[in-house]
Amino acid sequence: MFTRSFLLLPLATLLLATSALAAGPNLGMPLTQADLAAWDIFVFPDGKGLPKGSGTAAEGSAIYAQKCMHCHGEGAKGGISAALVGAPPIKSIDAPKTIANFWPYSTTLFDFIRRAMPWQQPRSLTDNEVYALTAYLLAQNKLIGEKDVMNAQALPKVKMPNRDNFSPRFPELMPRSGEKDL
Amino acid sequence: MKDLVPAAGNGLYDRRAFLRGGAALAAAMTGYSVKAETLTDPVWSNEPGTLVPPYGTPSKYEKGVVRTLSNPDFEPRNSHARTPHHLLHGTVTPNGLHFTISHGGNAEIDPAQHRLAIHGLVKRPLVFTAEALMRYPTVSRFTFVECGGNSAPMFSPEPIQASVQALHGLASCAEWTGVPLSTLLEETGIDPKAKWVIAEGADSQRLSRSVPLAKIMDDAMVALFQNGERVMPGQGYPMRLLLPGWEGNMNVKWLRRLELAEQPAMSYYESRTYSQILPNGKAFRFYFIQEVKSYITRPSFGVELKGPGFYEISGVAYSGNGKITKVMVSADGGKSWAEAALQEPVNSKSFTRFRAPWEWNGGPAVLQSRAWDDQGNVQPTRADFVAKRGEAAKVPSPLAFPNQHFNSITSWAIDANGGVRHVYA
Repeated sequence: MFTRSFLLLPLATLLLATSALAAGPNLGMPLTQADLAAWDIFVFPDGKGLPKGSGTAAEGSAIYAQKCMHCHGEGAKGGISAALVGAPPIKSIDAPKTIANFWPYSTTLFDFIRRAMPWQQPRSLTDNEVYALTAYLLAQNKLIGEKDVMNAQALPKVKMPNRDNFSPRFPELMPRSGEKDL
Repeated sequence: MKDLVPAAGNGLYDRRAFLRGGAALAAAMTGYSVKAETLTDPVWSNEPGTLVPPYGTPSKYEKGVVRTLSNPDFEPRNSHARTPHHLLHGTVTPNGLHFTISHGGNAEIDPAQHRLAIHGLVKRPLVFTAEALMRYPTVSRFTFVECGGNSAPMFSPEPIQASVQALHGLASCAEWTGVPLSTLLEETGIDPKAKWVIAEGADSQRLSRSVPLAKIMDDAMVALFQNGERVMPGQGYPMRLLLPGWEGNMNVKWLRRLELAEQPAMSYYESRTYSQILPNGKAFRFYFIQEVKSYITRPSFGVELKGPGFYEISGVAYSGNGKITKVMVSADGGKSWAEAALQEPVNSKSFTRFRAPWEWNGGPAVLQSRAWDDQGNVQPTRADFVAKRGEAAKVPSPLAFPNQHFNSITSWAIDANGGVRHVYA
């Protein structure tokens, strides 16, 4: 009897697994990469997800004046919305967190501008315009040169000054691999 | 008062005074001093009432029980609406009073056109309609949602005179019903390389956050219902990600996409906004858990005492780590403590109502509460908390977020007139 039970166990497990799948609603529709293209916009710190295209600070300056200055102020020094240029030293726990003094990854700049800005018309910018605005803000913050071209290869290589000053609150909750740069 | 057992200094009685039924309390309240007026029939008893409406709303006399807004003119920035804890009771926040933070306004979504895509490191990328998700096996659970910036005014170097709504109103609790994400990921299959799930909303910010896959498989759900009705627009209608006990912003509203990935996205909200500066100039990133906390909701700032006598001290306690096991209450600024009664059932990662009987003698009193959870965590004293996490350099606006994840003790001082001030004790 024991032998028989042991022999049956793997088969029973297999049947359970199969019937569980069959018994599930299975109401999802298969999704192709082409179907997803308009939504597939996450950009990762290693550059994964960055699109083709490029832009420079000079191009970005003109776009900024037209589409961003209304909220973020002249020279990106702040208006009704946050200052995007400037790196006041972090001297207290309530210090302003700016791109240059706090943001750990340059890729976040591209990702956030592309997904959420301008506030009134998100997703109205082309990828080239997003690269240009990213270049403009990085150059204004003196994190890249005025002439540097930002694209999928160059942007992830821009090392942000504060990158290595972060740690998780509960290290045991962090996934054990895939945490490069954390 | 001879039937009530003192449990701590300055008028705190044993919590079991409630459990013994009315006898002890009735005995405590024999000092009747005001004679009742003659009772008559009011006008509403002598004529028919009003039309029964299709959707009920609170009495017109309760119109002051509302959320407070940080951006009432809808300027191009985020909007906060805070829960009026001092005007509510029990453990469930009514849907219209659940706190909301919207970074780009509330998306107005036609549920027939909404889609949830699950892709990335999965075996079968799938997209679901809201209607399809309604056919999946569901679960219900009570859980709180709390903004990582809730209680931020408590980082002020001086106590800000503001209500519990202003100080702690970015936390609420509801019964959520939805589809466990583990069910949906069984259908997509999971590539063994996947470690994170990046969630994205369908709002104008396409708000996105990275969540460890282990949390998603543990107790995450796609929430479709809130306190029995469909999730409110401010909570992500037609669906939101629900991560019981974890930072509010990670509970992505208007959920439309989940990408399984090897690495986190380092989105704006995780790498900037909800990363918090520490006194040494470095920062925590990926805080995840809303740690054990409690606060007294009555009496509290703006809920004044009407003369000496008996009062119930009451408040809420909760922990993102599990169940509340104990709440202690002090009426003398922490010199002595009495154990509060906890309302059953105590749900994990959920508001727990605590109560303690108290007789105010008309003298100075400082009311405090302190909570413990079943994972061995205790709510820190303010001194211990501030020693590790620091204080703001200057007194902030009550609407500002000088830092995040404050969870230490709140103190209410009673003055001789029954007024209540916020103090640090």
